[in-house]
Amino acid sequence: MAKLSSTYENIQEHWHALTDKKYFWPLFMIAGIAFCMAASTFEFLDLYLQLILIYVGINIILTVSLNLINGYMGEFSVGHAGFMAIGAYIASLLTVHVFPPTAQNLLFPLAILAGGLGAALVGFLVAIPSFKTRGDYLAIVTLAFCMIVKSVLENIDAVGGPRGLLGMEKLTTLPWVFFWTALSVWVIRNLVYSNFGRGVLSIREDEIASDLMSVNTRQVKIIAFVVSSFFAGIAGGLFAHALQFINPRMFDILKSTDILIMVYLGGIASISGSIIGAVIYTILLEILRPLGVWRMVLMPLMLVLLMIYRPRGIMGMREARLFTPLRDFVTEKLWRQKKKEAGDATP
Amino acid sequence: MAYIFQQALNALQLGSIYALIALGYTMVYGILTMINFAHGDLFMVGAFFCFLIAFYLHLSFVPTLLLSMTGVAFLGVVIERLAYKPLRNAPRVSAIITALGVGLFLENFTLALAPYPKHIPTLLENTTWTLGTLSISSLQIIVIVLSLVLMLILDFIVQRTKAGMAMRAISWDKTIVPLMGVPVNKIISLTFALGTGLGGAAGMMYGLAYPVIDPYMGIMVGWKAFICAVVGGIGNIRGAMIGGFILGGVEIMVAAFFPSTYRDFVAFTLLLVLLIVRPYGILGKPQPQKV
Amino acid sequence: MPLLEIQKLTHRFAGLCAVSDFNLAVEPHELIGVIGPNGAGKTTVFNLITGVYRASEGSIKLDGLELVGLTPHQITRSGIARTFQNIRLFKELSVLDNVRIAHYGQIAYTPAEALLHIGRFRAEERRITNQALDLLSIFKLDEMAGEKAKNLPYGLQRRLEIARALATEPKLLLLDEPAAGMNPNEIIQLMDFIGWIRKTFSVTIILIEHQMRLVMGICERLVVLDFGATIATGRCSDIQNNPKVLEAYLGEEVAI
Repeated sequence: MAKLSSTYENIQEHWHALTDKKYFWPLFMIAGIAFCMAASTFEFLDLYLQLILIYVGINIILTVSLNLINGYMGEFSVGHAGFMAIGAYIASLLTVHVFPPTAQNLLFPLAILAGGLGAALVGFLVAIPSFKTRGDYLAIVTLAFCMIVKSVLENIDAVGGPRGLLGMEKLTTLPWVFFWTALSVWVIRNLVYSNFGRGVLSIREDEIASDLMSVNTRQVKIIAFVVSSFFAGIAGGLFAHALQFINPRMFDILKSTDILIMVYLGGIASISGSIIGAVIYTILLEILRPLGVWRMVLMPLMLVLLMIYRPRGIMGMREARLFTPLRDFVTEKLWRQKKKEAGDATP
Repeated sequence: MAYIFQQALNALQLGSIYALIALGYTMVYGILTMINFAHGDLFMVGAFFCFLIAFYLHLSFVPTLLLSMTGVAFLGVVIERLAYKPLRNAPRVSAIITALGVGLFLENFTLALAPYPKHIPTLLENTTWTLGTLSISSLQIIVIVLSLVLMLILDFIVQRTKAGMAMRAISWDKTIVPLMGVPVNKIISLTFALGTGLGGAAGMMYGLAYPVIDPYMGIMVGWKAFICAVVGGIGNIRGAMIGGFILGGVEIMVAAFFPSTYRDFVAFTLLLVLLIVRPYGILGKPQPQKV
Repeated sequence: MPLLEIQKLTHRFAGLCAVSDFNLAVEPHELIGVIGPNGAGKTTVFNLITGVYRASEGSIKLDGLELVGLTPHQITRSGIARTFQNIRLFKELSVLDNVRIAHYGQIAYTPAEALLHIGRFRAEERRITNQALDLLSIFKLDEMAGEKAKNLPYGLQRRLEIARALATEPKLLLLDEPAAGMNPNEIIQLMDFIGWIRKTFSVTIILIEHQMRLVMGICERLVVLDFGATIATGRCSDIQNNPKVLEAYLGEEVAI
C-alpha cells in the first residue's frame, strides 16, 4: 500500500513537471486536434458520438466561463444564455449573409471570434452595474439582461424574429470544438492564477478589504465579465453551427439554468470541477434518453440529492493538480534554497 | 378615457396575481434569506390542483380554492422539510440550486403526467357588465377583490398575531431569536405554508382568468413575480404587493400602446433603470457596510 | 512638512455627527494613539482616511495629495494601509495569496499578458511571489504559506493581517485595535512588535486602542475622541491628568 501511494506521488510529480513546461499546452493542443481530425476522417468515432462530444465541448466552455463569475467571483449571474445568444446570432449572421459561401470553412473561425467579441462588448456593459450592486440584485440585473436579449431578438425581423435563423452550414466540427474548448480552459486557468485572478477571488472573500488592499475592484470585475462573456459568445457561435438552426427561445432562462446546474454540480471555483460537471451532465442526459420525459424528472431529483449530501458540488473549492500551476511550488522551493544558502553563509 | 380605465382594470387583475406570487418569494427570503426558485412552479401546481379538483370532484368555487391552497401549502412545507432544511447551514447558492432543481422536478413531473395543456372548467358564471364602452367582467372583480382580501389577511397575520411577530423576529435576527424559545422550525414551516398557499391561490386565479394551463406556465410568471419582489425591496411584504401592481401596470400599459411583443423588453428595461436608480428596491433599505 | 494632515474633517450619518471638526497633523515616523469610549468615532476616522466613507466636509492630505474623493485602492496605493478591528483576511485563500493580493498595485503586466502567459508575466509572478515569501519569513509565517488563512490561530491571523497591510508598501500604517482579544502577556509582546515594525519598515503608525497600558507604553502623542468630538490631544502624561478625559471614561474601567 505504501509503495503504491509513493508510486502515485512519483507519477504525480512527473506529470506536474510535464504540464508546467512551456511546450506542454501547445503540444497538447496539436495532439488533441490531430486526434479529433483523425476521428472524423477515419470515422473510428461514429457521427452520434462525435455530436455528443461536440456538445460536451460547448458545455465545458459555457461552464468554465460561468464559473469565473459565479464560482471564483462569488456572484450569481443567470444571464449566461444571453451572452451565448449574442455570439450565436453574430456568428450565424456572418456565415449566412456576409461571408461568401465558397470560403465558409476558412472564415468560420473569424465568425466565431466576432461572436465572442460581440458578447464580450456586452459583457463589459453588464459589468458596470456590478460596481454598485451585489448579490441578489446583481442576479436580477443579469436576469433582466437575459430577458432583454431574448425579447430584442424576437422583435428584429432581420434576424428572423421569433422564428429564428437558419441556413448555417454544419461548420462546427470536432477539431474546432476541441481547439476552442482547450483555449478557453487554458485562458481561464491563466487568468485565475494571475494577479487579476487573485483579485477576483479577493472580491468573493471580502470586497471592501480587497479594495483596501490596493485591488482595483472595478478593473477586476470588468476583466472577469469580459472574459466570461467572450467565451460564452464563442460557445454560442459553435452551438449555432452545430445545430444549424437557432431561435430566441433557445437562449431563455432555462438555458441559463442548465449552465448553472453544470457549474454547481461540478463545484464552484474549480476548473476541473466545471469540466467534470459539464461532462457528467451532458453524457447522463444522453444515457437517460430512453427514459423519455421521465429523464427530466430524474435529473433534477439527482441534483437535489447531490446538493443535500454534497452542498459544494463534486469538486467545490478544490482543484485537480493538473490545473494548478507549478510555478508557485518551484518559486517557493528556489526561495527556500536561497534562504538556506544565505543562512549558511552568515552564521 | 374609458379605454384607460379598462386597461387599469386589466392591470389591477394581472398585478394582483403577480403580487400574490411575489409575496411567497419575499416571505421565504425574509425568513431564510433564500430565493425559493421553485415558487413559480408551485404557482403552476396550484393551477393544476384546481384543474384536478374542478374536473374530477366537481366542487364549486370556494371549496376548490381552499383545497388547492391547502394542497399547495402542504407541498411547500414538504419541500422545505425534505430539500431545504438539510441545507440551512450550507452555502447560500447550494440552497438556490436545490430550489432550481425542485422547480425543474415539479415542471417535468407535471409534464410527464399531463403532456397536453389543460382547460380549467368554468367554476363561476362569468357575467359582463357594460357601461358605455367599458366592460367589466365579474371574474375580474373576483380576482382583484379576492387577492386584496388574501393580502389583507396575510398582513394581519404578520403584523398582529404572535406567529407573525415570531416571523418578523426571525427575519430580524437568526441567532438570538431561537434562544428566546421561538420554535424556529414551526415558524419556518408556517411561512412556507402561507407563502406557497398564496402562490397556489394565484395559480388558480390565473387559471380562471387565462384558462389554458401548462406545466411550463410557472417559469415566466415566477421570474416576473420574483422581479416584483425585488422591485419592492426583497424581504419586505408590503414592497412585494407594490412591486406586483407596478409590474402588472407597466406590462398592460405597454401592451396597450405598443405591439405586445415589446412588453417584456420595456418591462425589463424599466426594471434595470429602477435598480440603477434605487439599487435596493422601493421599500428596501440599503444594508450598511460594517468595517 | 507633516506626512498626513487632516483639517476640519466632519462626517454625518443621516444627521448624526459621527466625527466633527477632526484635526490632526502627523509627522513622519510618529506613533500616534487614538483613544476614546465605544462609539466615539475612532473607526469612522480610519474609514474616512482610507476612503471607505466619503467625508462630508474637510480635507485629508498625504504628502500634499488630497485624499477626499479618491477610491480606497487609490488611497492605498498612495501609501496608506490598515488593519481591521475584527480580522478581515481572505479566509478561504492561502496565506501566500493573502499577501500577494496586497501586491496588486505593484504588478507591471497587463491583463493580456496574464491571459496568454506572454511577456512579463512569468518574471513578475516570480518577483511578487519571492517578495511575498520574504515578507512572510520576516513575520515567521513562511512555514504556513500554503495554509488557508482561516486555519491559522488567532494570534497569527492578526500578524498576517499586519503583514498583508505592509505588503502594499505604505508610508502610513493604521492599526485598528491590534490588541483586541489578547492577554496582558501578549500585549507586552505586541508593544515590542509594533515598535519593531515602525523601525524595520520605517512607517508612521496611527493606532486605535482600548488597552491603556499599550497606548501609554508606546505612543508619543494621543488624540482622545468622545461622541465624534476631539476632547484632548497631547502627550500621554498630559492626557492622563486631563479632567475631560477622565470624565469621558467615567464608569469604564481605566487602567492607567
